[in-house]
Amino acid sequence: MRPAWSVVLLTTLLGAGQGLFLALFGADLYDAARGRASLAPLFVAAAVAGSLALAGAGLAASFFHLGRPERAWRSAAMWRTSWLSREVIALPLFMALVAVYGALHWLGLLQAALVAGALAACACLALFVCTGMIYACLKFLQEWHSPLTVLNFMLLGSASGLTAATALAGWFDRTLEPGYRNAALIALALAAISRAATLVRNARLRPRSNLQTAIGVKHPQIAQQAQGAMGGSFNTREFFHGATLARLSLVKWFFAGAAFAAPAALLALGLPSAALAVQFAGLLAERWSFFAEARHPQNLYYQAIS
Amino acid sequence: MTQLALVIDLNVCVGCHACVTSCKEWNTQGEAGPLSDQNPYGRDPSGTFFNRVQTFEVGEFPHTQTVHFPKSCLHCEDPPCVPVCPTGASHKRAEDGIVLVDYDKCIGCKYCAWACPYGARELDEAQKVMKKCTLCVDRIYDASLAERDRKPACVLACPTSARLFGDIHDPQSQVSIAIREQGGYALMPEWGTHPANHYLPRRRTEAKLREEDLQRFDNPLKVDGLLPKPATGEPALDDVTSW
Repeated sequence: MRPAWSVVLLTTLLGAGQGLFLALFGADLYDAARGRASLAPLFVAAAVAGSLALAGAGLAASFFHLGRPERAWRSAAMWRTSWLSREVIALPLFMALVAVYGALHWLGLLQAALVAGALAACACLALFVCTGMIYACLKFLQEWHSPLTVLNFMLLGSASGLTAATALAGWFDRTLEPGYRNAALIALALAAISRAATLVRNARLRPRSNLQTAIGVKHPQIAQQAQGAMGGSFNTREFFHGATLARLSLVKWFFAGAAFAAPAALLALGLPSAALAVQFAGLLAERWSFFAEARHPQNLYYQAIS
Repeated sequence: MTQLALVIDLNVCVGCHACVTSCKEWNTQGEAGPLSDQNPYGRDPSGTFFNRVQTFEVGEFPHTQTVHFPKSCLHCEDPPCVPVCPTGASHKRAEDGIVLVDYDKCIGCKYCAWACPYGARELDEAQKVMKKCTLCVDRIYDASLAERDRKPACVLACPTSARLFGDIHDPQSQVSIAIREQGGYALMPEWGTHPANHYLPRRRTEAKLREEDLQRFDNPLKVDGLLPKPATGEPALDDVTSW
């Protein structure tokens, strides 16, 4: 597949926004469970604003993916069958609930804020599932058709959100910083395990479709001589990333370093802001690689121009 | 229930692209149109087509066969492109099984194209909506046309009648009989999409000669002679390799 930058930005920004909210609500819940109300209001406001800004930026990026963005409102219609439609509903719902949570917190209504926050956390998890299932539900894209896809979206989003929370805590509420740093390191480790498992799984995949099933000729040796157009088509533009194997491998090594190893080191060194910047660049590469590594069966029909 | 479909005979297709051009001609000016072209006479021409003919070489030279392979939407009975559509623009008609896109509802998110393993859908770069074969839905029910013209444009254009059109759920239809008796098959059966369109395989086209076709054993008027059959002792042409 050709990675679309709009979708790469949507999924990474949205994941970070969701992770940041979950980090904030987790601290709030822990605080409340111990019968205290010690979160700095400025920290809560900054985290809520950051979460909303990240999710909003992701939402804005998603519009650039559409051919007819003025009709985007229609996309909530088919929530009974389409994970994309469900995401379109879950995303504004999540943002609205986070805004309500932030407003209640700012007004000092901490009990009500906890209720709104719990609802927002449910919407957040639902949104993770929707975003992941958009890709995981396509069964012939074998690289994506796995529960690991959903798990990766959750863990990578949570890891980047926790890094962002560590950075914000460094500025607004230093008491939270060590806890967030440890949580971010644990989330990074879990995400690294899950993403590595995906890489191993995908390297061992055998494509179920081949040229023989694609055109129904059983001979082992088939070579394409013409694809019906000399100048390319939507099929040749949308489904081929055009990168060399060396470049793909380079991107994988880059995100292994930038999305996992380097942020972990920077977090351990107490530089959460730098960790966040490096991690986001790494996550962009990770998401680019996620799209590029999916081999669409339609490519079997477009192996040679003439 | 009706399921309209094409049956394409790969044994007969000569790869002339008449179905491609007639499809484009009809559909660029019909209800599905226009099918836009980008830079049609320039260096890098591109455009929207519902139907393309591809060519594959099977076997190793010199023992090869050329297979011309017309490719369009297969109007799957369980179309993976339909449930993923967030707007309901992609739909499968209950009355005749045609999979259609409502161009007024499509938002151009391309998710349906990702969800089609056959690459049957193309985004129109001018209108920015997804387009695909309609089985000439604006033609096959047109009562102002003569009965024999109420078929998809590609079927009418095919000079070798490699394309059949009909209801594959009617066991007595021409297409059902062709699928049943000539080994019709579906593409990529491994994904459970149950394509409605079927293909008829290449077949051996060698001459089938029996001995009685060459020699009249009954020979009622005793006119025909028998083919000469030299005895094993007679000299051969080179006088060496006699049997």
